[in-house]
Amino acid sequence: MTEAVEQLNRRMLRARDAMDRTYALPLDVAAIARVANVSEAHFIRTFRATFGETPHRYLQRRRVERAMFLLRESDRSITDICLDVGFSSLGTFSRTFRDIVGMSPTDYRARGHIIAAPTCFTMRWMRPSSFGEAASKNGQ
Amino acid sequence: MLNSINISHIFVFDQQKALDFYVGKLGLEVSNDLDLGVMRWLTVRAPGDPTHDILLEVPGAPAIDEKSAAQIRELISKGASGFAAGFTTNDAAKTYETLRSKGVEVTDELTQRDYGTDFGIRDPFGNQLRVVQLASTAHQAQPKAAATR
Repeated sequence: MTEAVEQLNRRMLRARDAMDRTYALPLDVAAIARVANVSEAHFIRTFRATFGETPHRYLQRRRVERAMFLLRESDRSITDICLDVGFSSLGTFSRTFRDIVGMSPTDYRARGHIIAAPTCFTMRWMRPSSFGEAASKNGQ
Repeated sequence: MLNSINISHIFVFDQQKALDFYVGKLGLEVSNDLDLGVMRWLTVRAPGDPTHDILLEVPGAPAIDEKSAAQIRELISKGASGFAAGFTTNDAAKTYETLRSKGVEVTDELTQRDYGTDFGIRDPFGNQLRVVQLASTAHQAQPKAAATR
């Protein structure tokens, strides 16, 4: 039983890694499910059971985390960053960013540069929370 | 005063598979392989760096009860173990290509940062590893203290 869980977890992790690499592309659940070697319906259900959120929500937070990084580490316009991280509409990007981070992209950018850290650290530790912790940390 | 890191550990689920990966694919060398009776003391290290061994440890009884070991394995297999180890290289781009050609799972593409050029990989069990070619200005690029093992 445990070995079966490990193998399923490992396949789901491989799929999540693929999402992390291709975050800027439109989400193709069927293709990601194939990475995990499971059906699309089984993938969404199992992903949520394994990682505590749906693939779509995971991807949104990944994109916003990249946007947070680019806002503070680059001079690119907010519109360019919106497109860079995979959003196709500035309105959706701004709304999603505010919902997740608790402030607008412009206000977040005003915080200035961040300390350089390996990308995988940044990905994990600057990842905005789904559950409101990010907003409370930001003093919102 | 503490003056260096001597040994650290990574949980693996199967030591032969771990050797296939850490030695066969990453190119580390075995520094100890001892049968202690209760466990196999298996360590690897980067060639040319005798100062730091990594213990490839299998979670399980008697050190850890089987239920806890199963929980550890489940967590590692879904990537929840955090950052397991970081390695340096003199040529990140070449190492990246070499590891990819050997089928190593890349989690994070080759990226240029202030501290150097690096990329992320995962071992067969789910542990996150990192490989960096440090910039000359990176604080970690300073010479290590002389080995005093």
